[in-house]
Amino acid sequence: MYKVVKNVDEAIQGIQSGMTLMFGGFGLCGIPENCIMALSKTGINKLTCISNNAGVDDFGLGFLLKNRQIKKMISSYVGENDEFERQMLSGELEVDLIPQGSLAERCRAGGAGIPAFFTPAGFGTEVAEGKEVRIFNGKPHILESALTADYAIVKAWKGDHYGNLVYKGTARNFNPMMAMAGKITIAEVEILVEPGELDPNFIHTPGIFVQRIFQGEKYEKRIEQRTTRKREI
Amino acid sequence: MLDKVGIAKRIAQELKDGWYVNLGIGIPTLVANYVPTGIKVEFQSENGILGMGPFPWEGEEDADMINAGKQTVTLKKGAAIFDSATSFAMIRGQHVQLTVLGAMEVSERGDIANWKIPGKMVKGMGGAMDLVASAENIIVAMMHVNKAGESKLLKECTLPLTGTRCVKKIVTELAVLEIIEGGFKLLERAPGVTVEHIQKSTEGNLIIDCEIPEMKV
Repeated sequence: MYKVVKNVDEAIQGIQSGMTLMFGGFGLCGIPENCIMALSKTGINKLTCISNNAGVDDFGLGFLLKNRQIKKMISSYVGENDEFERQMLSGELEVDLIPQGSLAERCRAGGAGIPAFFTPAGFGTEVAEGKEVRIFNGKPHILESALTADYAIVKAWKGDHYGNLVYKGTARNFNPMMAMAGKITIAEVEILVEPGELDPNFIHTPGIFVQRIFQGEKYEKRIEQRTTRKREI
Repeated sequence: MLDKVGIAKRIAQELKDGWYVNLGIGIPTLVANYVPTGIKVEFQSENGILGMGPFPWEGEEDADMINAGKQTVTLKKGAAIFDSATSFAMIRGQHVQLTVLGAMEVSERGDIANWKIPGKMVKGMGGAMDLVASAENIIVAMMHVNKAGESKLLKECTLPLTGTRCVKKIVTELAVLEIIEGGFKLLERAPGVTVEHIQKSTEGNLIIDCEIPEMKV
């Protein structure tokens, strides 16, 4: 039950070139920044990364892109960084774009033991090419398969030694589904507490889905679009 | 002729009390500023918010509180936070009453293209395909013609589709139109805009079956 590892280096032990990794986060919100940074310092490459977005040039998965550690991205919205665009246009990087709801559900299905499901999203578009179509309630749906990963890497606000996780605000996003879909799930948290300190009624990800947990050394939590209202004086 | 704010104000008139509404990026986002008085709606942001509020006061930005456009936002009283699978369950399960989004092209059958221009950098569809495939009520907010002066209301979309037969209504700087069997039914003209002007700017079949009133914005 005790899932705590010493530090980020111990947490990413076993990740090898050519593996498929999931990264939680929406934009730069709720990304496992400590693990990404640590991976960028290894020689691991040819990775397939499943993540809603691909970071920016100098933060998040942008670090792994810059080092050419990623072979393929599976995402719903990318291109917030120049390096991504360059690699994609030159053919160095494979990109599989998936409707955001289908991406979330495919991860959820992967973790929940559901191999595939039908969804209306993408019917009649290039996303449906080569996929089985069936009519339910008079409406066409396409067959989408589940996604799993060798390692799922997620970020939570608080976690306990048993791997129970609580997310904060919109940093939750894809993290709970990806936590379920990893053969090994690594959780990095801002605050690591003793079992019993988290209210069982408010656990978002039960510890059964998590194999390794550690408290991140430092969180920059960069804001992608800082939008504010001016105070009237 | 309407400006972007005018388009947003006209769309805001379509809101009904008690609705949950998803607003896309661009003109649709502005709709939140013009909710008619006496009407209460909740805005859903597909990254996991129901009850999204305005931008935070300067200095109160929270990296853990953003909207689907990755902008810092706040929560209104009674808001709820959830994961992405739950968010799209709301959308796919038709619990959201209205989706407002932008488009590059709309066809007279209600097909929409808004995610990809072949030969240009492709950023992805984000949540747009899930939204258009499932929403019961989709209003498109867009300019009637593109920068080259060509109509964006077409017989057939030329760009890769985001969804088929899904758009219900379109509000542009020139007009309010409804998609019905046979084409774009003209409902209202923007202030100072003639029916001839709208006709000239619409490549798809324009259906005019009565005196067209000027919209009130």
